[in-house]
Amino acid sequence: MSAALAPAPVAVLPERASGLWSDAWRRLRRNRASLVGAVLLVVMASLSITAPWLPGLQDPTAQDLKLSATPPAAAHWFGTDELGRDMFSRTIHGGRISLLVGVVGTLVSLLIGVAYGAIAGYRGGRIDEAMMRFVDILYSLPYIFLVILLLVFFSRSLIMLFVALGLVQWLTMARIVRGQVLSLKNQTFVEAARALGASDRRIIFQHIVPNTLGPVIVYTTLTVPAVILQEAFLSFLGLGVQPPAASWGTLVSDGARLLALFPWLVIFPGLALSTTLLCFNFLGDGLRDALDPQGRRDVS
Amino acid sequence: MFTFILRRLLLFIPTLLAIATLTFFMIRLAPGGPFQAEKDIPKAAVEQLRKQYGLDKPLGVQYLNYLRNAVQLDFGPSYKYPSRTVREIIFEAFPVSLELGAWALLLSIVIGVPIGMFAALKQNTGLDFAAMTAALAGVSIPNFVLGPVLVLSLSLSLYLLPPALWQSPASRVLPVLTLSTAYVAYIARLTRAGMLEVLRQDFIRTAFAKGLSDRVVIFKHALKLGILPVVSYLGPAAARVIMGSIVVETIFAIPGLGRHLVNGAFNRDYTLVMGVVLFYAAFLMTLNLLVDLAYTWLDPRVELA
Repeated sequence: MSAALAPAPVAVLPERASGLWSDAWRRLRRNRASLVGAVLLVVMASLSITAPWLPGLQDPTAQDLKLSATPPAAAHWFGTDELGRDMFSRTIHGGRISLLVGVVGTLVSLLIGVAYGAIAGYRGGRIDEAMMRFVDILYSLPYIFLVILLLVFFSRSLIMLFVALGLVQWLTMARIVRGQVLSLKNQTFVEAARALGASDRRIIFQHIVPNTLGPVIVYTTLTVPAVILQEAFLSFLGLGVQPPAASWGTLVSDGARLLALFPWLVIFPGLALSTTLLCFNFLGDGLRDALDPQGRRDVS
Repeated sequence: MFTFILRRLLLFIPTLLAIATLTFFMIRLAPGGPFQAEKDIPKAAVEQLRKQYGLDKPLGVQYLNYLRNAVQLDFGPSYKYPSRTVREIIFEAFPVSLELGAWALLLSIVIGVPIGMFAALKQNTGLDFAAMTAALAGVSIPNFVLGPVLVLSLSLSLYLLPPALWQSPASRVLPVLTLSTAYVAYIARLTRAGMLEVLRQDFIRTAFAKGLSDRVVIFKHALKLGILPVVSYLGPAAARVIMGSIVVETIFAIPGLGRHLVNGAFNRDYTLVMGVVLFYAAFLMTLNLLVDLAYTWLDPRVELA
């Protein structure tokens, strides 16, 4: 936690910048849990991306009623569900959707949060006050109800899910970026840019935002699991991904109904989901210690 | 202090108004109506129903009526179960959800804070590492995975506890455990971080230097500040507990407010959904205010804005 390791705002200088990143990399490499998390995530992501073309992986929608609800065995590693669909394949394909929703939802929140926070922090004064008060109000709302309403009353498409989840997650990002920008905007490199006649937009997005990257990367890594969790939550309630597509949340929800009879229907997708979330959290923690030693531990 | 409370209360009204307006128009603009499913009803009867619920009036009039009644906590009869009013349903279901949520939050604090303190005091030892790894795992297991797993192991295999419902004290164990695990873990992490921050400060060193016992320094000086992140998390935590209780009430078939909300949303029970959302919004905002007050009481350095 030494102050010398803080992400220096002077990181615009190339040699200092590389110092920051190589320092961070060294610290991250020492954190074994983070590395294991990262490796597992890479494996999980490659499996998900290549799933439709993987040799030997069965069609996740192919039914075989003769094989209805068989326990895990050599032919079906994770067993089959009540319609005889291979659970291993369904779990991998479920991960495809869960990870996709997590990444896209996070990107939506990233775009909104960074732009909003940067503008509020840079403009300051009344505008900042009004913008952040608005964020405060949104914070106090039971937003998940609004998401539920949105998904119940309008079309339940994947796009809607991305938008709804992104809209929910940008608040903390906006706060983090604003705080960073506030401390950066009076630095000399910003003054220099202004003296050279750069426009506000250019100063914000070319000079200030890149310097907030450390905390933003950390929080982004922690947002992905949050979004995956929210999607799974909505899918569990039947409001998220619609059949025949199935995310991990849908699989757990379907399995929970047959829990007493066929427990493997819950256990494998649940394990996949929990492991992924754990890996993201380990990686996020490691990145935070590496990139942002001052810590922003109160941010979930 | 007084003006602070007053200002916050004044912020209540526009916020609640915004939520009421938003939900009202969102639901009215959404496709489908509450009587759409009943295909057998003759047209005249549908007209009659619409008239009875005031749906034939212009939208603006409906909106004003709704607001006027909502102020008196009167959300009208449930569309799906016309013999019952929304107020009745809320008053009946909320105590159940409140009990579930209160137990879960209480448990999170009572277990999470000591774990976090302990980990902070033993920083970088194996115990600290084990506690924090367990906490991270606790944060990462979704309650709708944990719930079925607990039911499977403790109820259906070992027959220790009832697998569902909300009746005997024993039946409350699994739902509360399912709901609270994530918050136990998260609060342990927050407490550890907060304590580490405080233990590094000068006044703690001074306290030790003048010969105070470990116990006095930790409990009288450090804990009060170290626990601040936890206090400020209680507002968001309450919101999340409410969200989680929707899932837990679904898993364990508990007749709480969250279940009514989900069912109401699926049934297009306009009045019920709006009533529950408004009620929860007001409840959460009140809680947030109380949390802010507790925060200033614990940390006099904070100025009330």
